[in-house]
Amino acid sequence: MEVMSIKNRINPQLFGLWTAMASITMMFGALTSAYIVRQAAGNWLEFRLPDLFIVSTIVILTSSVTLHMAFNAYKNQKEILYKVGLAISFVLGIAFLVLQYNAWMELFNTGIDMKINPSGSFLYVITAAHAAHIIGGIAALTLALLHAFTLKFEYTDQRKKRFQLVLHYWHFVDLLWVYLFVFLLLYR
Amino acid sequence: MADDVLVYDDEVIIKDQGYDDHFHEHDHGDSYKSNFVNHYIFSMDHKIIARQFLITGMIWALIGAAMSIIFRLQLGFPEESLTWIKPLLGKWITVDEVTGIGTLMPEFYYALVTMHGTIIVFFVLTAGLSGTFSNLLIPLQLGARDMASPFLNMLSYWFFFLASVIMFYSLFLSTGPFSGGWTAYPPLSALPQASTGSGTGMTLWLMSLTFFVVSVLLGGINYITTVLNLRTKGMSLWKMPLTIWAFFVTAILGLLSFPVLVSGFFMLICDRMLGTSFFLSEIFIEGAALPNVGGSPVLYQHLFWFLGHPEVYIIILPAMGIVSEVLAVHARKPIFGYKAMVFSILAIGFLSFIVWAHHMFMSGVNPFISNFFVVFTLIIAVPSAVKVFNWITTLYKGNIRLNTPMLFAIGFVSMFISGGLTGIFLGNSAIDIQMHDTYFVVAHFHIVMGVAAFFGMFAGIYHWFPKMFARFMNETLGKIHFWITMIGAYAVFWPMHYIGLAGVPRRYYSFDTFNSFDDFAAMNQFITIAAIVVFAAQVLFVINFFYSIWKGKQMKTKNPWKATTLEWTTPIKTGHGNWEGKLPVVHRWAYDYGKDGIDYIPQHIPLTEEEKATEAAH
Repeated sequence: MEVMSIKNRINPQLFGLWTAMASITMMFGALTSAYIVRQAAGNWLEFRLPDLFIVSTIVILTSSVTLHMAFNAYKNQKEILYKVGLAISFVLGIAFLVLQYNAWMELFNTGIDMKINPSGSFLYVITAAHAAHIIGGIAALTLALLHAFTLKFEYTDQRKKRFQLVLHYWHFVDLLWVYLFVFLLLYR
Repeated sequence: MADDVLVYDDEVIIKDQGYDDHFHEHDHGDSYKSNFVNHYIFSMDHKIIARQFLITGMIWALIGAAMSIIFRLQLGFPEESLTWIKPLLGKWITVDEVTGIGTLMPEFYYALVTMHGTIIVFFVLTAGLSGTFSNLLIPLQLGARDMASPFLNMLSYWFFFLASVIMFYSLFLSTGPFSGGWTAYPPLSALPQASTGSGTGMTLWLMSLTFFVVSVLLGGINYITTVLNLRTKGMSLWKMPLTIWAFFVTAILGLLSFPVLVSGFFMLICDRMLGTSFFLSEIFIEGAALPNVGGSPVLYQHLFWFLGHPEVYIIILPAMGIVSEVLAVHARKPIFGYKAMVFSILAIGFLSFIVWAHHMFMSGVNPFISNFFVVFTLIIAVPSAVKVFNWITTLYKGNIRLNTPMLFAIGFVSMFISGGLTGIFLGNSAIDIQMHDTYFVVAHFHIVMGVAAFFGMFAGIYHWFPKMFARFMNETLGKIHFWITMIGAYAVFWPMHYIGLAGVPRRYYSFDTFNSFDDFAAMNQFITIAAIVVFAAQVLFVINFFYSIWKGKQMKTKNPWKATTLEWTTPIKTGHGNWEGKLPVVHRWAYDYGKDGIDYIPQHIPLTEEEKATEAAH
């Protein structure tokens, strides 16, 4: 439901999404700042990050690329590429979550559990908070998939705008992960 | 005076010069079909949502204020029997079998203090104030049909409602609601065994506030998007009324600071449920050491106050916006220094993010870091003083109508000055060594953000009541309400400064064991009596409010205050979509009062040739 506007140069829903992303950024900014503050206080257990994080980073980056391809394909009305790209992105999104889970297990098996030291607690909490936002993204991708495979293929401005919302959010959670991964690598 | 009868024929002007967005030609789907449930309960109309926020906020205000009366009775009359409120409080009053004297249980005293703070800060002065007026005024004053997303707007209210229900339920737990202070510092908030309220009470508190944050974020996203995207033709940012500027910056503050609180809550929940040690370290309970090692309670305080400080501006900025508007309308003068007002709002908004640690000077933060926070805290006095100066100069030589909204707006300025000055004391980390956690702090923040924000809210309610309900509130009752509240609020909080200077700590249940504080017994009694009188005046206000909804004096003309802003060009009974035909087009700023000898020129009146010439010359 959209109310008519005069200054419609930018899609209000997209703008709303961007403000929401600013909000989410603050949340992770707070978590990583708390991490730095706590680390500076000493009694900080150092450990090696699970190697699987590298794989999951590659997977999520790829999913962003495929989703962008799907979006471009939709704009150029290439139906097959659009559907395939979307499906691949969806699968890669799920794969990312599975990889994250396995990475936690890998870490857990080396003896770093949630309670052993705040350094471990922080790692689990930050990655879990990120995974929760990925789940939100996958929910959006599921909706996009449903649209792609149940509705008749046609290019409408409304559908493009909706797809664009999913695309921007997915790029955002992707970049968010890259930030978190680099952060966790640098501050150990 | 001829000006007094000056009435603009809005319908004709908007019909001739308005902007046609073809709004009424579209069928707007099922969402606005007006059966009772869609119209009054699950409404997507911003005007209904505003009223929902207001009335829910008023119910909470009564509950929160009643709580303060009960703990004030304990503070003012610790020896008196409280058996008479046993029917209300039940087991929280213990009655001595021999003497029949009823005493308030200390656990419940702490719960009352905690809930009073939580309720008033979040549910009344955030949701009730910003929620009400942002919803009501943003679309109306900008010339928009509704919010950018009416659906999210509806969700915003219902998340608040859910938060309210959970918090209300927690009041009736057998272990009582959370009792560790509204700031919920660990370890009291992190260890379920720390106090009676720290178990289920705290769990519900966290749930409730998490839903509350969702409500604030959904609202904030909507307010920001609406202000930036849905302004009517001609409404540039610099033509917006100061109310909108204030709501806009408030929404930005909420959007950027509440998520930080959520991170803190997230870590707190892990400490409570998953055995992590973010905020816990080396704690002994009943002689046994807890396994938690390495956490820092100060870390929670950083996260909390990173929200907590912007939160006080989230509370006061909407009140400032409302007061600026009400003062200009009822002084029949343009607001003095419009741009300075906008920049001071922006400056306050920015500074509010870099002063949070002034709440923690005595919590063990590095004194060198404190210096930084002292400096920025004191700098906030500059934009605040700019605002005060501009309000007073707006009044200067004004053609003042001393009606109830105007009285409350002037009262706001008085409260903001008195409370703001003590803020300069407390902003100094050295003075805090004596003052921290005393009644001086209580007096400071109650005057500057409690009473002042309530005054802004009252000014807004009396001023926009005709817009909300097409009737006026009773003016005599309103004036009685104002004078009792004005004098009474000072009677409550002024003496607290002296008590605080003497070092009497806040949050204490009783001062029996401190002989040095015996001198203040009479002063505490005086404060309690004043608080009861002020509370009675608020009951009068509530009666006036509900009586006037149905029986108040009817609004006969569209623009009873002769104001310039767009909300007064809508029909008396404003329907969905706000304007019946076209949207008004804005040609001038919101403060053309007394220009060229004309009493007022609304924003949608085109510029005259002369005005165009002067504008071009600039």
